[in-house]
Formats: sequence, C-alpha cells, structure tokens
Amino acid sequence: MKIIVCVKQVPDTNEVKLDPITGTLIRDGVPSIINPDDKAGLEAALVLKETMGAHVTVLTMGPPQADKALREALAMGADRAILLTDRRFAGADTWATSMTLAAAIRNIEFDLIIAGRQAIDGDTAQVGPQIAEKLNIPQVSYVDELTATETHITAKRIFEDGYHRIRVATPCLVTTLTEMNTPRYMSVGGIFDAYREKEVELWTMDNLEINPDHVGLKGSPTKVRKSYTKAPKAPGKKFNTDPESAAKLILNELKEKYIV
Amino acid sequence: MSHSAYQDVLVYVEQRDGHIQKVSLELISKGREIADQLGCRLVGAVLCKTLSSPAEELIHLGCDEVILVCNDILEPFTTEPYAKALTAIIDDRKPEIVLVGATTIGRDLAPRVSARVNTGLTADCTSLEVDLEARNLLMTRPAFGGNIMATIICPDHRPQMSTVRPGVMVMREIDETRIGTITPFEVAFNASDFNIEVLEVVKEDKKKANIEDASILISGGRGVGHPDNMRNLEVLAEQLGGTVSASRAVVDAGWVDRNHQVGQTGKTVRPDLYIACGISGAIQHLAGMEESEFIIAINKDETAPIFDAADLSIVGDVNKIIPELVKLLVNHKAE
Repeated sequence: MKIIVCVKQVPDTNEVKLDPITGTLIRDGVPSIINPDDKAGLEAALVLKETMGAHVTVLTMGPPQADKALREALAMGADRAILLTDRRFAGADTWATSMTLAAAIRNIEFDLIIAGRQAIDGDTAQVGPQIAEKLNIPQVSYVDELTATETHITAKRIFEDGYHRIRVATPCLVTTLTEMNTPRYMSVGGIFDAYREKEVELWTMDNLEINPDHVGLKGSPTKVRKSYTKAPKAPGKKFNTDPESAAKLILNELKEKYIV
Repeated sequence: MSHSAYQDVLVYVEQRDGHIQKVSLELISKGREIADQLGCRLVGAVLCKTLSSPAEELIHLGCDEVILVCNDILEPFTTEPYAKALTAIIDDRKPEIVLVGATTIGRDLAPRVSARVNTGLTADCTSLEVDLEARNLLMTRPAFGGNIMATIICPDHRPQMSTVRPGVMVMREIDETRIGTITPFEVAFNASDFNIEVLEVVKEDKKKANIEDASILISGGRGVGHPDNMRNLEVLAEQLGGTVSASRAVVDAGWVDRNHQVGQTGKTVRPDLYIACGISGAIQHLAGMEESEFIIAINKDETAPIFDAADLSIVGDVNKIIPELVKLLVNHKAE
C-alpha cells in the first residue's frame, strides 16, 4: 500500500502569548511543530508501514523552513518527503491550497491519503475534504482508528453524539484526530538518516500541471478583509479571602442573578 | 456568471435521526436577519430519510421556503450522497449565500461542496455581517488558536459559503402565523454514490455530552489537582442544575471525556453561568467560553488570565471553596 501523509508546519499556538500593552501577538521564539492532527496521521501511516509494509510519503506546502518538519517525519520513519515551495503559492486559502496539493498528488502513486483533521493555526478542517473532492475520491473525516488491507481501509469516524465504523475501498482520503494515537519520537538512527541519507525533494509550481491563476493569494476565492485582536473586557470584581467568605460571595451573586 | 444571477440565502438544515439540530435553527434565525438586510428570500434545505417534525416549523422560525430531499440513501449520513444533493440544490437555486453548521457533519460536507461548486468557504465563523453595497458577507472567525479574529470575504465568487459555530447565533422567536412553501426536490442518486460502507452506527449518551445546551456549566481545570476532586464539581453541578465541563488539560489527562471540553479545540459555550474552577484561562479556553453571560473564576494564582474574563474573581483553593458553597446551597434550599 502506498500512503501519502499531508502535513503542515505550524507555530505552536499553545506557546503564543499576547503583548499585554499592544495587544498584538508575540511570535518571536514561538517554536514550529508538525501540526498535531497531522502527526497523528503520520503515526497511523507508520503503523501501517510496520504491519503491512506500506510505503509512506510525506507532503507539505510551505516556506523553505518547512524542511525541518519533513526531516522530523523522515526521522520518525517516513520513506519519502516532498516540499512544495514557491513564492507563487503564498497567501493561499483552503481552496487554492487543496488545488496545489491535489496537483502534486497527481504526480505521486498512492492508495491512501492521510491528512490531519485541522491545523492549529487556522482550524479550518477544509483542506483534506477539498483535496478528496479535487481528486474525485471518497473521504472519511474525523478518524480516530484506522486499519487497512491491500484494497480497503476501515475507520472509526467520530461524531459529537457517537461514531460510525466505515469501510471504504482505496484510493481514498482520511482525516485524522490527535487523540487517535501517541506519535513516536524520532530515533537517533532516524535523525541521522533524515539529515545524511534521505533527501527532501523540492517541488515548485513548475513541477505541477496547474493553472497559475489557481494558486496562492491570486487563486484564493476568500480574502482576509481585516484581522484584529479582541478588545479586552472590563475587569470584574476580585476577592482574595477565606473559603467560607468566598463561598458566601458566590452565593450572593447567584441570588442576585436569580440563579438560586 | 455575474453576481446578480445569484440570490437568496440558503441554510443547510442538519438533521440527525430525523431531528433538526439546534445549530440549524440558530442559522435560520441569523439567515432571516441577513435575508431581510439584503432584501432576498431565506431557503432551508433539508436532506433526510424522514423528518420527525413538520417542515412548517422551519417556516415558522423564518424560512420562506423549505427544500426537502427525502431518500433512504440519506440515512445514515455519508458524505457523497449529501454532497451530491446539496450541490444539486445550489446549482438549481444559485443562492448568493450558503450557511452550514460547523458540526462534524457540516465541516465534512461543506468543504466537499465548496470545492465542487468552485467557491470559497470560511470555516467556523462566530459572527456574520453584510456589506450591503458589495453584497459581501463579512465572515468573522477566530484564528491562530483564538489569538486573533479575522474577517473574511469572498468577493469574486458565488455562492459565499460559511460554516458557523454552534451556540454563537441567537435563536429567533417562533411565529406560527408565518407562511411559506415546502418544495420536494428530486436528486438522481446512483450506485456510485455509495462509495463508503457504514458497518456500524453507535450512538453515545448525548444528554450528558451536550455542554453547548447547558445553561449552567461548572468547568474544571488543572487546578482541581486530582481526578477525585472532580466529584466536588459534580456535586455543585447537581445543586445548581448544571453540567460539568472541562479545560483541555483535564481532558488530555483523561479525567473528563472529550465531549465536555470547552475551548478552541473543544466546544464554544455561552451558558448563563460559567464557573471556572482551577482553570488558568489559556487563550484557547477563553475563546470557547468568554461569551458566557456571567463568569465566576476560582483560582489560586492571582495572576491567572481567567480573571481578566471573569465577572467575579475569587483567589483561593477551589477544593475548599466549592464544598463550602455546596454546604451553603444545601442550607439555602432547606430554608
């Protein structure tokens, strides 16, 4: 089985802080990581590599620095890594991103595409299903468990109020959830191989059969009109007192609000 | 095709087991407001096997027309037949705006459909407004883990599509005198639409899981200290008629089920009362609860960011204060 895992390098949003004076994001020193949902998808692919000899290609679109995320994936055990990097891809929304990734995937043999459900910097959850649509293959999103045979995959698909167990013939695409597994660490030998033995293939738009009007900011139907940090709320009342008095304060507020 | 060929607001009305989902009622309410501003009609699209309540109720809430696709293939939910049906409706009606609830169904279906009809889609919006001059929908959503808000437009493509977070739009009053039409709609499904096989359908207890519907939430964070201490929160919830929810840290630790997680990667809630117990208030958490009507925060750390969002801040040990509060509530009820 040939698997493509789509990953995104993202800033660790848990580490992002707001400047208390200007209210702007402090991006300096924020580490870049492989998006957690994608990393779970990579782990799921590596399990299939171990159990059934699957071949795992990792694919990302991003700036040249995204090389680091791909090296990490290689060090975890991926077989091949491709970085789509081109200034013309910059500023892409999910429509243009999926267009570009789908064009790259057409150049790669695959049975299964795994993408993380959503990236922690954008939280859209749109790119996976949009790639599937552009390749005209079935999708199973919100996947928490995944097994495969040479011709089919079986997945546990999560809903708010339960789950479905789904069987689908390959080729297909699944989107994976962080909670499905605990990704392995890079091995020392793996790190050595990732930097000395294996290579990250660099592809630009010239490697793809794609309409130049369909990539990057220009190819994006949606545009950011403005962005802003939220205005802080007026401060409430604050008390530092013993537990009994604190409980009384709370009870009084609840009475005042007619909650009790 | 020019923009003027596209008119009306279309709401995808999500049902599960034939029951209309609350987020769809919220979207009909918001959609009515937008349609009135634009001077156009509001159309609801229901895809189902059968509907357990009369479609007229959607008209009473604000739809001018309800398009009804009823077919056995639509139960249980699978992506392709739904995508095919919604695309067929969009192709037929050419709405200028399509709104979909940002549920695990809507966020599966909407991107598929937006790619098929080649238009933009803005995910997980928390506010929708209209630029009347350009007839652009101003779609505002949190990004960067809730750190910033971005207003997105889709100026050159129609329809403008958006998924909207459950719990953020306010439901309208029902008006039983409103009239409208119900239009059965045929979709030519075929064998290739069955491209996935549902082997098993499992329902989990929804009542317990649905923190979005709770009007009182008692929410636990890392500061609760130990899974056993979550029991204090449950007792308080019982006393107040509320539900227990949690921060991501507590969910990741396995103390509380993920269905109860509040925040950017969990659920957005806006209860009447939110009591944050030992929650520090990471920006991702605040993004999911700061719209709550009244927020009480209890935390040992005087500098915890949760206090900036709280109406009443108590610096202290949650494991001592909550049992005291329960005692007072028991006495209060006895009086």
